[in-house]
Amino acid sequence: MDDDIELRRLIDTIYSRYHYDFRRYSSASVRRRAVQGMIALGCKTFSGLEELVVQDPAAFTQLLQYLTVQVSDLFRDPGYFRAFRERVVPVLRTYPSIKLWVAGCANGEEVYSFAVLLLEEGLLDRTMIYATDINPSALQAAEAGIYLLDRMRAFTANHQASGGTCSLSSYYTANYGSAVFDRTLRKNVVFSDHSLATDAVFSEVQVVSCRNVLIYFERELQDRAVGLFHDALSLRGFLGLGAKETLRFSRHEMGFDAFDAEERWYRRH
Amino acid sequence: MVPAALGARAGVEAVVVGGSAGAVAALGEVLPKLPADFPPVLVVVHVLPSTPHLLAELFAPRCAMRVLEAESFAAIERGCVYFAPADYHLLVTRDRRCALSIEPPVNFSRPSIDVLFESAAVAFGPSLVGVVLTGASHDGAEGARVIAEGGGRTLVQEPATTEVPVMPAAVLAAVPSAHAVPLAGMASALRAMVMAP
Repeated sequence: MDDDIELRRLIDTIYSRYHYDFRRYSSASVRRRAVQGMIALGCKTFSGLEELVVQDPAAFTQLLQYLTVQVSDLFRDPGYFRAFRERVVPVLRTYPSIKLWVAGCANGEEVYSFAVLLLEEGLLDRTMIYATDINPSALQAAEAGIYLLDRMRAFTANHQASGGTCSLSSYYTANYGSAVFDRTLRKNVVFSDHSLATDAVFSEVQVVSCRNVLIYFERELQDRAVGLFHDALSLRGFLGLGAKETLRFSRHEMGFDAFDAEERWYRRH
Repeated sequence: MVPAALGARAGVEAVVVGGSAGAVAALGEVLPKLPADFPPVLVVVHVLPSTPHLLAELFAPRCAMRVLEAESFAAIERGCVYFAPADYHLLVTRDRRCALSIEPPVNFSRPSIDVLFESAAVAFGPSLVGVVLTGASHDGAEGARVIAEGGGRTLVQEPATTEVPVMPAAVLAAVPSAHAVPLAGMASALRAMVMAP
């Protein structure tokens, strides 16, 4: 399979034409996702796909869904949210206002997890949540806050394991196989287009949660992203990563202390 | 022990293993019998995402090879076994490193055997060997087909020696070149494929 050069060209073209930068993403995942997109769009080669997306922005929008598809859960890795609730929240409680950045929010599962948790802890009213992603369709889905009802059993179990104090079902309404999250949960949420590969810091925040995003980034891009988090965080601000992500080997490792190493919470110097 | 058709064509540079129901016990008959300098072995076992599995910890003390949980971008090295973490796909990059992903489940599974096998086939081509163990799904059949397409080979656990025969049987049906090996002979078959000139 020597279509590596074709794939490279497709990724370069996407960047120059549409300013989406997948050039420093892990090749294995990008290849797999591009193949899925290629099949869905009826192309036979990466070159054919490149030609199509150059001519047809709508086809690119479709391809983007394949390139960025992520499936997370509410309260995925309950221990992460338990650590946030038990160890980070007591610190946040001493602040008059809180800004939390969920970087790479995909379809919003983590946004609603934090919103529910902060509501339960009585902090949601004074918290601003920035939910960012590169995919506008994912942001729309996140803003809608609608998930398959089938998934709620797993979400509920995660919520309980994370130390949830109320029933998760009190935060959504079931409707024709869907669970629609209460709009009051997102009254302080700003959903916004932001790329860790190309954009800059947009606000000072006290907490950054960026999970299962760095696993796709080559080292150089990881360093860029963690550098943004460092710049965005206020002194002693908190950074949370995915269960299989770490600041070990990062250029910015020295800029953070491990706060809860097991659950991947760090604190900025 | 090894059918003539399995005699080495390209040297074996990596082995990818997939298993589902009953696979932890089956792996116990394979991994501990591989020598410390064996080519890298990457393993996907279907487990419930909610239970953090401790497969690496379980197998490390029993194996001559180093047993690790795969990390994104870790170089794939001879003498190491890499387990896919629970609730992540494990892929292999073209430059032969591990990659993790939370793209949607494939065959209702994350990690998925097909995802590992297909990406490893791209990276290793004819020097790849796939192994499909006991299980109740069809995950692995498409991956084994892609391995064969790239010139690699696949062994399956002889269905009669499995706890659940569905998964190896699906591979045998999909990939004519796949060979069934009884569980007790799997490690020596793999060693022979690596040793063969």
